[in-house]
Amino acid sequence: MTGVIPISWYLVLSAVLFGLGVVAFVFKRNVITVFMSIELMLNAVNLAFVAFARAHNRLDGLVFVFFVIVVAAAEAAVGLAIVIMLAQNRQSLNVERVNLLKL
Amino acid sequence: MELIYQHPVLVAAIIKIAVLLFIVMTALAYLTWLERKAIAHIQSRWGPYNVGAHGLLQPLADGIKFLFKEDVTPPVASKFVYTLAPFLALSLGLTSIALIPFGPTTGKNGVYLFGQPAWAVTDLNIGLLMLFAVGSLGVYGVALAGWSSNSKYPLLGGLRSSAQMVSYEVSLTMSVVGVVLVAGTLSFSELIEKQSGPFWHWNIFSLRWGGVPQIIGFICYLTAAVAETNRVPFDLPEAETELVAGFHTEYSSFKFAMFFMAEYANMITVSCLATILFLGGWLSPFPDSWHWQWFLPGAGLLALAAYCAWNTVAEMRGIARLQLGVVTLLAGGGGLFCLIPVVAEHIQGPFWFTTKILAILFFYIWMRATLPRFRYDQLMSFGWKFLLPLSIANLVITALAVVLWPLVRHG
Amino acid sequence: MIPMLIFMFCAALAVAGAITLIWSREPIHSALALVLVMMSLAALYLLIGAPFISAVQVIVYAGAIMVLFVFVIMLLNFGLEERTKFSKLAIPGIILAFILMAEIGWRLAHSAGGRTAPLVEASTRDLSEMLFRQYLFPFEATSILILIAVLGALVLARKES
Repeated sequence: MTGVIPISWYLVLSAVLFGLGVVAFVFKRNVITVFMSIELMLNAVNLAFVAFARAHNRLDGLVFVFFVIVVAAAEAAVGLAIVIMLAQNRQSLNVERVNLLKL
Repeated sequence: MELIYQHPVLVAAIIKIAVLLFIVMTALAYLTWLERKAIAHIQSRWGPYNVGAHGLLQPLADGIKFLFKEDVTPPVASKFVYTLAPFLALSLGLTSIALIPFGPTTGKNGVYLFGQPAWAVTDLNIGLLMLFAVGSLGVYGVALAGWSSNSKYPLLGGLRSSAQMVSYEVSLTMSVVGVVLVAGTLSFSELIEKQSGPFWHWNIFSLRWGGVPQIIGFICYLTAAVAETNRVPFDLPEAETELVAGFHTEYSSFKFAMFFMAEYANMITVSCLATILFLGGWLSPFPDSWHWQWFLPGAGLLALAAYCAWNTVAEMRGIARLQLGVVTLLAGGGGLFCLIPVVAEHIQGPFWFTTKILAILFFYIWMRATLPRFRYDQLMSFGWKFLLPLSIANLVITALAVVLWPLVRHG
Repeated sequence: MIPMLIFMFCAALAVAGAITLIWSREPIHSALALVLVMMSLAALYLLIGAPFISAVQVIVYAGAIMVLFVFVIMLLNFGLEERTKFSKLAIPGIILAFILMAEIGWRLAHSAGGRTAPLVEASTRDLSEMLFRQYLFPFEATSILILIAVLGALVLARKES
């Protein structure tokens, strides 16, 4: 079953998902949704890594994907703890309310 | 016909999925019957007796009841999520059964359908990892159901239940890694092949060259599996006296039936996994050269038919007599079919697999009838402070033994 | 033909999930859409011949990280997302985003050189050998990183007593 689909298809899908992640990051107002768009971008990059690793028949790309997933887990844990504290302090999850340092 | 020649994998897979789905749904229904009868007899009473002969039509009656009950949808937080949760739970529960081999998939013992092994829907190289992947998604059904019901008891029950599932999932995976270390593979068929031989080669005893006994792993696995499927003694999140019905309080009729079926499907999945990893899967406990064991399934079914026949004539009256007579004929026909030498030789695998699964399921049901339930804080501290260190200790000892085995010289 | 159909189906699901993430007003729907994206990516990893990464993606990403997101969204139940008036700057923004997507896509697609994935899938044994030999130091470092993350999350989320 492998070996039928050109790798460039996977790469185009990765670019599309990355672009959609950027759009979500810029346009959304909920802190958690912004965080989720970062995860979407990370997933798109993972897909590109896997596609390239299989294109050149090497395993280094797959090991890198493994590490990206693990680091994303650590980042999600700490980031969501920060989000919870933010919500408790500012009573809102809107990114525009986090403006205490504004001049 | 050309469809079969061009795409044998696809056609074989569709046929296997259809047959397996039918068998699993029937097994789910009759597992509820078995549970009610077994708990009743342990508690010195009869259980369902009137609906069909010996209560055999009770699952059918329950199914009809679930279909015709009114589907009440409370003012929920999100209708989409409320409807999605039971579908998710049931589909994940049924998906994991597709990964399991019920009999030999390679070699001359295997049965083949259009060139594909007939006893497993798929036989992945990383079957064990995929099964854990599907199991780890099971948390969504519970958490989303509890939250979207927009009510106190389901929310508490859902949060508690998902926290419990996530905690015991870690111990579940750790207790299995010992087996994978010894076998050196993640594929189910190879795991079973490595346990071939007399029954003391099974991973739970593992008294073979290069084997490490996994009895602690088995006990950790079984405990974590009971907690993972929310069964007694770990079923506080759905206990009636504490939380009404936990995360499925606000569900009625068919959606509740889906949660119910998902719970039993998860039970069947963890039992299948326990037999494959620790009890030798579809291998028979007797040596392969004892050919008389081929006639055990047939003999067992004929004995069942004889008992039903006696019961029909001596004790049943009226319509129950007719129903039990039908059961007798079915059992007798099945028994005679299993006595045909060709069939008897090849049905060994699924027969032993089913027997071992039934043994573990009976153990589950027995625990439900006898043990009281844990309090929630006891449950969580047991999972993190006792079971996880125990399974990690098992892993470390197994790893040490695997490294030290090559140093032992052959005589 | 069948692999191409599967690819089209999974790619369509992934893009649909990403668009739902952007479009929906409820955070829980966005989270479930992201789970859909991750599952379709896992299917694509299986299709391309990296089964271990597919299983790790489902177990870790879809089964643990997104569960964390769903829990936080459920507990911080702040309701629907606010929508303000559509600002005029958004239109050039969206056009630029499309240009970004197209540029990255074009460059990536041409750098693959028409290759396809090899016929043999990546074996877990080789991957784990590489992980424990050449990449042993990053492996141990990420385990310490996870420990730090757990401690940090515990400290941050604890109530002031």
